[in-house]
Amino acid sequence: MDLNNINPILLVASIMISATPILLAALGEMVVEKSGVLNLGVEGMMISGAVIGFIVAINTGAPLLGFATAAVAGAVLSLSFGILTQVFLSNQVATGLGLTLVGLGLSSLLGKPYEGMKAETLPKLDIPVLGDLPVVGPMLFSHDIMVYLSLCIVVAVWAFLKYTRAGLILRAVGESHDSAHALGYKVVRVRLLAIMFGGACAGLGGAYLSLVRVPQWTEGMTAGAGWIALAIVVFASWRAGRVLIGAYLFGGISVLQLNLQAAGLTWGVQYLSMSPYLITILVLVFISSNRSRSNHDAPANLGQTFHATR
Amino acid sequence: MIRRTLLATVAAGLTLAIGAPAMAQDDPTKACFVYVGPIGDGGWTYQHHQGALALKEEYGDDVEIAYQESVPEGADSERVITQMALSGCNIIFTTSFGYMDPTNNVAAKFPDVKFEHSTGYKREHPNVSTYNARFYEGRAVVGHIAGKMTETNKIGYIGSFPIPEVIMGINSYYHHAKLANPDVELVVTWAYTWFDPAKEADAARAMLDQDVDVITAHTDSTAPLAEIAKEGGSAWGFGQASDMAAFTTNDDGTPGPRIASIIDDWSPYYIKRVGALMDGTYEQIDSWAGMPEGEVVIGEMNDAIPDDVKAEAEELIASITDGEYHPFTGPINKQDGSAWLAEGETAKDGTLLGMDFYIEGITGEIPN
Repeated sequence: MDLNNINPILLVASIMISATPILLAALGEMVVEKSGVLNLGVEGMMISGAVIGFIVAINTGAPLLGFATAAVAGAVLSLSFGILTQVFLSNQVATGLGLTLVGLGLSSLLGKPYEGMKAETLPKLDIPVLGDLPVVGPMLFSHDIMVYLSLCIVVAVWAFLKYTRAGLILRAVGESHDSAHALGYKVVRVRLLAIMFGGACAGLGGAYLSLVRVPQWTEGMTAGAGWIALAIVVFASWRAGRVLIGAYLFGGISVLQLNLQAAGLTWGVQYLSMSPYLITILVLVFISSNRSRSNHDAPANLGQTFHATR
Repeated sequence: MIRRTLLATVAAGLTLAIGAPAMAQDDPTKACFVYVGPIGDGGWTYQHHQGALALKEEYGDDVEIAYQESVPEGADSERVITQMALSGCNIIFTTSFGYMDPTNNVAAKFPDVKFEHSTGYKREHPNVSTYNARFYEGRAVVGHIAGKMTETNKIGYIGSFPIPEVIMGINSYYHHAKLANPDVELVVTWAYTWFDPAKEADAARAMLDQDVDVITAHTDSTAPLAEIAKEGGSAWGFGQASDMAAFTTNDDGTPGPRIASIIDDWSPYYIKRVGALMDGTYEQIDSWAGMPEGEVVIGEMNDAIPDDVKAEAEELIASITDGEYHPFTGPINKQDGSAWLAEGETAKDGTLLGMDFYIEGITGEIPN
């Protein structure tokens, strides 16, 4: 084993790229859950974003347009979930699972003609001054624009939930939809908007997979990333900053264990791959074992159907 | 259409039940295929389906083919195989390791139907045959090319699961790289999946970041090649299971990143077996064929490979195809330095099928 083979600059750079899709999807899902809705269709929205983004990027030659369309596609798909669960009051768990199945099927249908094609990928940004810094430059300041956009969304979501009135309303809706309704807030509308934001973020995450991380379309290519995003939201106990940590930890460990293997480490690699999931389970146990904590973490009305009685 | 088949099946079943002679001679032979993935996966299942299409092409109206995609291994597959046996299939090919027990279970109930299971070893009933291909012969050729092409003297292998099939591939790849280039060093990473494009790409990235410049994969997607393509011509890879010809040229028109490929060609086997069934010479077998039978094929080598290396690779292909050369010919020692094959000795099939050791020179351990 020769750990000197691992170049920390390249390692951090590849962790950032590896974590971006799950970071985007998890952030979106966190906002959705903050509004009190559990959308288990993240995987389906991600893979739809992946295929639509890829198709648009191939046909127009503009990857950014691909990302924009992927976000719209994710939002539209999630709106179907929103209408079913918020207007027709269907069960959120079952509808979310259905959304995943629809997304997987739809994407494989749409993507059939695009298998084996190559799309143009996003260029690495050339940031003046910062990008020229030694070590830090190639590590942090030489990525494509989506990496920075995802970090901006983290800050924006955090600030939105913490400092804005709209963010407060969204949290109120998630904590107690009846009270929010009694105060005159439009619970269903707020939730639909949150669901669409979640869909758009998942779509962006999916497009990042098919346009940057693995620049190609393959059927079923998200391979469970959407479920990891759901785990990250729990891991992060519904906080934007911790979602960032969680996504980089999940993505980081996956990349780190492969790097350790390539450097010749063979012992314990499986345990390392397992660890993010074990930590998530521990967090879940911790949250649910501590009553006073659980009240502060999971939105109180998470997954509950809202039906206005008056 | 399905309903008609079903009705026909019921009719056929009734005929059989009352002891009437079997179907008329001019009925087409029905060959059915159970696939583990979608036929558009670009790898394993795609190649099996190409074999099925070649079978249809060969015999035309004398053969009818049917298939079911993305059948989960386990109980679901037993249901699908039973359904196929009921719907008048004369021979059923089940194309993934996990169909082994379901295939044998169904075979017990339908003694008149022939069952062919790919990559397994259980033949519990006289109507069950097994078939596999000697992929390690292909690994030998790409190993030779890798040894010659590497400039950093570090070559990589993305493993799926530490099973004999994969370990055989790793040993064959390394052995021939080493024969071609004594300074070569092998890096193995285990992905613990057959199919996860993002993870496969990460595995390729981890190796590329550590100066590995030739990578072969034992996973099913084209993601490692897409990742290698980002190096823009300073690293190389191979098509796996299928030709993956889309990666033969870089974006700027230069050759690469896919410089050659190992193709699984099942068509000779399917044509031979269904042919035997039709002319009455069909027997239960355990088939493990390779380059001589045309089941393992090296895809076109592109111009990134220098002419002399191409010639050497062609020579290697020819000698394996003629049966002159076995990729595991001694002297080869095990990793711990103990002797495995003496000078001129070749590996026994039984040892290969249960291979659980690396050969001398490979660093690292096989995870359990």
